[in-house]
Amino acid sequence: MDLLAALLRQAGDSLRDLAPVVLVIAFFQLVVIRQPLPDSMALFDLAIGLLLVVLGLTLFIQGLQLGLFPVGENLAREFARKGSVGWLMLFAFALGFGTTVAEPALIAIAGKAASIMADAGQIADLDGAQARFAWELRLVVAASVGSAVMLGVLRILKGWPLHLMIIGGYLIVLLLTLQAPDAIVGIAYDAGGVTTSTITVPLVTALGVGLATAIQGRNPMLDGFGLIAFASVMPIIFVLLFGIISGGVGG
Amino acid sequence: MTLLTVLFSTLLDLLPIVAIIFGFQYLVIRRPIKQLKQVLSGLALVLVGLALFLVGLETALFPMGTLMAEQLTSEDFLPTLAQGAERRWHDYYWVYLFAFTIGASTTIAEPALIAVSLKAGEISGGTIDPLMLRIAVALGMAFGITLGTLRIVLGLPLQWFVLAAYVLVIIQTLRSPRSIIPLAFDSGGVTTSTITVPIIAALGLGLATTIPGRDPIMDGFGMIALACLFPIISVMGYAQIAEWRERSSSRRESPPS
Repeated sequence: MDLLAALLRQAGDSLRDLAPVVLVIAFFQLVVIRQPLPDSMALFDLAIGLLLVVLGLTLFIQGLQLGLFPVGENLAREFARKGSVGWLMLFAFALGFGTTVAEPALIAIAGKAASIMADAGQIADLDGAQARFAWELRLVVAASVGSAVMLGVLRILKGWPLHLMIIGGYLIVLLLTLQAPDAIVGIAYDAGGVTTSTITVPLVTALGVGLATAIQGRNPMLDGFGLIAFASVMPIIFVLLFGIISGGVGG
Repeated sequence: MTLLTVLFSTLLDLLPIVAIIFGFQYLVIRRPIKQLKQVLSGLALVLVGLALFLVGLETALFPMGTLMAEQLTSEDFLPTLAQGAERRWHDYYWVYLFAFTIGASTTIAEPALIAVSLKAGEISGGTIDPLMLRIAVALGMAFGITLGTLRIVLGLPLQWFVLAAYVLVIIQTLRSPRSIIPLAFDSGGVTTSTITVPIIAALGLGLATTIPGRDPIMDGFGMIALACLFPIISVMGYAQIAEWRERSSSRRESPPS
């Protein structure tokens, strides 16, 4: 019964996320646009789709809270206390990498990016080529978040100032933007925003707060949160590099 | 795509994190997982939930965003054009208004943001008002998306906007109270939830597809980037104002020496 109550609460949260979107779109449809929906779209299908979105997100988050979060948080605390820097680094990278691969918003955007690239003839318009591009993009972003978490952990250990590192990251983005093919720039900048949502934030924050609590003289509030900030700059750098190296994209 | 193929590809998506968590638990820490049954049933829920979400994304969220972009920029909807005149950027005012409303309304109600803002109120010891902070983030996000649509209409390079925002962020970072900085950067991440990202992406790509002279690859992306950057600016701005007001009011209260 506890599970049912938790599911209902979670469904409420998901609905609250979706409600403004639906209300605003409904308002614009009924008051501003006042045109019938195109034939290709049935209101019924949309309703089913929205239902799936709410249901899916609810089950997904509830499942995370039951399964992955307790184990992941426990591991994060365990590694933070153990104090072996090598293992800690490896775990930090693996955690950032693994959570990002499963991030729903990234799956959505990588798929979109692949189909847009194929439409524009930047990559072959075959299902296989599209799937490969989407998968490569996700691996690059995942590796970038892994490195970001690793760097963030190193920062907490050494006590480096967050803002100087962020500014450094911005400067690297600036330099790489000048070099990167134009077609990848938009995707790269957007990649910074999609990595930090459902799975990554709770697990990575647990690692940061656990570390900052375990080390003397660190403030969990100040040091625990900075990890996420890196996770939104590093993907930009990695995807720009990916564009420069794979070269053929745009130019 | 059938549900079965989606389920299978979702399984592949989840494989890395499951392997990592279990691998580290059993090979490095070497202690059995407590409540293994609960963990496994949680994983099953994650798998089914993610698959259902991805199907819903394709059938509802993406099409809705694209449809709004198409309808708001269709010739039937835009103000009628005088003979031989060209479309001006302000003809698309409904697009900007839609972007602003979507940005503000999704952010102000976002559960993650409510949690973060309450926490921020606690750390600041009362100088930061949680509701004001939420409004600041929502306004930042709404402004970011609106600017994103304006950029697509005008066809200006994304780099200019992002780099200008970076400069502003850097200047503010150097002048803001230190305790607000991690929070400000985090608030940029919170605004883009799993539901808003697809809608915003579809809106941007849709606009870049339908507006004459725009190209989805060059112009369609970037809305999410701007939506993440401007809350950082507005939150630091709010903290600077709050600090400044605090200082000037305490100066007024203390007797002149």
